[in-house]
Amino acid sequence: MIKSIKTWILVGFASLLLVACGQGGGGAGSKKSKTLDNTKKAGFVKCGVSQGLPGFSNADASGNWSGIDVDVCRAVAAAVLGDADKVKYTPLSAAERFTALTSGEIDVLSRNTTWTLSRDADIGLTFVGVNFYDGQGFMVRKNSGINSVNDFKNGISACTNTGTTTELNMRDFFNSKNIKYEPIAFEKADEVVQAYDAGRCDTYTTDKSGLAAQRTKLSAPDDHKVLPETISKEPLGPVVRQGDSVWEDIVRWSLNTMIEAEEYGVNSSNASSLKDSDNPAIKRLVGAEGELGAAFGLDNEWSLRIIEQVGNYGESYKKHIADTGILPKRGPNELWTKGGILYVPPAR
Amino acid sequence: MNLKKFNIENKKIRNLIPQVLTVLALLSVIIYFATNAQINMGNRGISFGFGFLSQEASFDIAFSLIEFDGSYSYGRAFLVGLLNTILVSIIGIFLATILGVIVGVSRLSNNYLIAKTAEWYVEIFRNIPLILQIFFWYFAALRALPSPENAINLYDVSYLTIKGWYIPKFVWINFDIFCYSLILAFISIYFLNRYAKKQREENGKILPTFTLSLGILISIPLLSFLLLGVSLSLNYPELKQLSETSYTYENGVSIIPELIALALALSMYTATFIAENVRAGVMGVGKGQKEAAASIGLNKGQILKLVVMPQALRIIIPPTTNQYLNLTKNSSLAAAIAYPDMVLVFAKTALMQTGRAIEIISITMLTYLTLSISISILMNWYNKKMAIKEK
Repeated sequence: MIKSIKTWILVGFASLLLVACGQGGGGAGSKKSKTLDNTKKAGFVKCGVSQGLPGFSNADASGNWSGIDVDVCRAVAAAVLGDADKVKYTPLSAAERFTALTSGEIDVLSRNTTWTLSRDADIGLTFVGVNFYDGQGFMVRKNSGINSVNDFKNGISACTNTGTTTELNMRDFFNSKNIKYEPIAFEKADEVVQAYDAGRCDTYTTDKSGLAAQRTKLSAPDDHKVLPETISKEPLGPVVRQGDSVWEDIVRWSLNTMIEAEEYGVNSSNASSLKDSDNPAIKRLVGAEGELGAAFGLDNEWSLRIIEQVGNYGESYKKHIADTGILPKRGPNELWTKGGILYVPPAR
Repeated sequence: MNLKKFNIENKKIRNLIPQVLTVLALLSVIIYFATNAQINMGNRGISFGFGFLSQEASFDIAFSLIEFDGSYSYGRAFLVGLLNTILVSIIGIFLATILGVIVGVSRLSNNYLIAKTAEWYVEIFRNIPLILQIFFWYFAALRALPSPENAINLYDVSYLTIKGWYIPKFVWINFDIFCYSLILAFISIYFLNRYAKKQREENGKILPTFTLSLGILISIPLLSFLLLGVSLSLNYPELKQLSETSYTYENGVSIIPELIALALALSMYTATFIAENVRAGVMGVGKGQKEAAASIGLNKGQILKLVVMPQALRIIIPPTTNQYLNLTKNSSLAAAIAYPDMVLVFAKTALMQTGRAIEIISITMLTYLTLSISISILMNWYNKKMAIKEK
């Protein structure tokens, strides 16, 4: 008796599976923007951020996220859902970030991620723009007497994060200088800081903005300095999954809107009063002219909401990066009209 | 042969049906997941393949048992990670076993202080999550170590610092001959033991096998030094200045603090469980056994070796196998403190640089499976050897 029951359970199980097999595989890949539909249905934007990098994406004691990377997600939420606060943040390690995006756990990855050819072309990702131009540098102890990367000697140990372009640049750099080094690569930034602070390594290398931000976490920040040299280009920007071009455009133009708004002097406090501006470019930005939102299935005030609720790029930079003392000077992240390299295609 | 009908009444056939169905069910699950993954990857523009294993890794690894730098392939990086995993597992298992046996026996001690200390050790270390213990050893214990210029000097040959434990480097000449001499020594010991057993069983003579074995183990390799041109010299670590305030050691071998912290944490944690197994094993041998052994005139050492241990081991081995497996798998927590084990090097760094999530995670899982099964097979063989042999 028992044996026959077991048999029937097995038969049932197997046939269920066969049915499942027949239906399987139809899961992904439709033509319209599935991501946009799902986001509207869910009522929030699923955004991947860092596990805590002051100025870029950092949570305060009560769990509120802020930073210029966070503002990209807020801009998308303002454009798509009408409320910049409707974002669900997923803190990700460098190693987890792309899998989280390709598997659909998040829809926008805004986590100080360097745009490179292989990432863009090979693993199912699309970079939509650059919200911070960065470069890799080194931090050392002030009393070490090291004033430039030329003072590095054989046997130096360098702490960094694993799974980053940093790890690769570091090798290129030390190889080109013919210096033998000891790479200590941690998974989480906090552990890199702790190990460097403890004296495990002689230098800490990552993007310069990251160094400036992490320095504030050291036990005695003033005992450390960032060397002047920059050893790599690190254009950081938001990333989306490949294959949903509408969603890709929404994220790209949410970021572009923030930069364009700064260029035209539109900010969170004057945006709504500029509806009757004389400049057609400004009128388009605040939704008083043209039908730009329709191109990706949004209403015409999407960009106005971004500017009103999140602010323009300059406001975001000042609030999160400059006023917090991380990088008071904008350097390359200044508008092209003011000597920087921030230049976005026109919104028209 | 008597051909029976293919009939449900036929017991053999009836018994076969569930088996076949199970295999079919299993196959359909695998096929379902494989096709599902394939379709979804296709939709997202992700290619599948293992070609990346021969591509240049272009990242460096701090600690490696074989030669490695970024110009080697991802496949080689995997091997480096695997060897590092095996290394920390072997060190961990070795230390955990020794510590576990000592603590386990101590818990049974009549000395109140020793027994209580052992009990507290077990209760504390087995009840704190392993990852916290790893952080403790790495971040708390490591911070207490001095920087290289103030290193803890161990007899001028080895130095303990925050950057690692620097030991002399062994420089061998004719290392292969030395290896052969070791192998020869072990073979001789094997035959010596066989001979001794025969002598004992046939003539009742007891040879001092332990002393003789030790003698062979020392004398044969020693002869290779004296007669066959094997030589060993040591390169001592030397202090080197890196900048005005920072130093390092060169020429020696550096045992990185990540390895020390991980091995300590793993063995201290696992030793608590092994200690309990040992205690259970020894307590599981009836008092009557010892008394009976004493009554036939065996001395204390013989009682332990011939009567108590063989029975205790039967109880100890199976759960201890589990602990060895746990230790090996727990070593994957290495990534948290930057010890370049298989997970950190391959399943994290290489995965990130190539984006080959499915391929790399499958390889990593299969490798852990293989490692675990190998340990299981070894321990099962040992268990069988120790089991009661009905004669």
